[in-house]
Amino acid sequence: MTPLQSVPLAVAIPVAIFVVLGSTLTLIGALGFARLTSFYDRLHAPTLATSWGTGGIIIASSLMFSFIEGRAIIHEFVIGLCIVVTTPITLMMLGRAALQRDRAEKSPALPPEMLTRPKRKDRPQD
Amino acid sequence: MMRLVPHPVLLGSLIVMWLMLTRFSLGYLILGTVLAVIASWAYNALHPVKPPIRRWRVILRLAATLIRDIIQSNIHITWLLLTERRGTRRSAFLQIPLEVRNENALALLAIILTATPGTAWLEYGSDSGILCLHIFDGGQADHYRRMIDQVYEPMLMEIFE
Repeated sequence: MTPLQSVPLAVAIPVAIFVVLGSTLTLIGALGFARLTSFYDRLHAPTLATSWGTGGIIIASSLMFSFIEGRAIIHEFVIGLCIVVTTPITLMMLGRAALQRDRAEKSPALPPEMLTRPKRKDRPQD
Repeated sequence: MMRLVPHPVLLGSLIVMWLMLTRFSLGYLILGTVLAVIASWAYNALHPVKPPIRRWRVILRLAATLIRDIIQSNIHITWLLLTERRGTRRSAFLQIPLEVRNENALALLAIILTATPGTAWLEYGSDSGILCLHIFDGGQADHYRRMIDQVYEPMLMEIFE
């Protein structure tokens, strides 16, 4: 009997649900990334994969291997933590680079109030 | 004590992470502790200012709110992506004046907004205090404005200021 066959149904069903949920969200995010046309819209699609896409697969993996090995296996969550903490860096760099380019070109993709850096206004003096 | 352990929270998190990545045993605990102490000295040399964390209980509330928001916006954005062809969705830019100035609070806010599908952090001017966001669903602009102004910002200010 392989280790996979020894997993009872009560564990296998939630594991399957989380794997399918995580991979479906990642797939939808990737499809959205391919189909959307505006750069700023395309920033959003992959966040499905980095939030619950990864989350679902991590939870499934942790459940499955904790059961097979008979001890809590939680090191997958470190992967999740690293993804959550590092994605803002690349996302901000891409976003700011696009904004910088569009401002320099006075691109019609930006609404008028976004064409210049916002100045301090209607804020109480502090 | 403070000279030996300049950042106790960082030290604790590093030890926990080390034990998660290996497995729990006395040898790994000692090795992890030694490495974490060295790492926190290195961090102290780079960033001597300690982030003041005032209220630990708010962090739990923040985490609970965040998890709920992430699930909700995952469902919302998935639905929007699947019904994209109808062409009723418009994205929008948002400008939100922020009160928080603490850089740790801002970093945490950036992580929150990036982890939540549907919002992308574009720019923050530290001189003006205005945050520029891009939101996937322009119809929800008021919802996101309220979410940042009334939910996340007060919590972050409670934690860090």
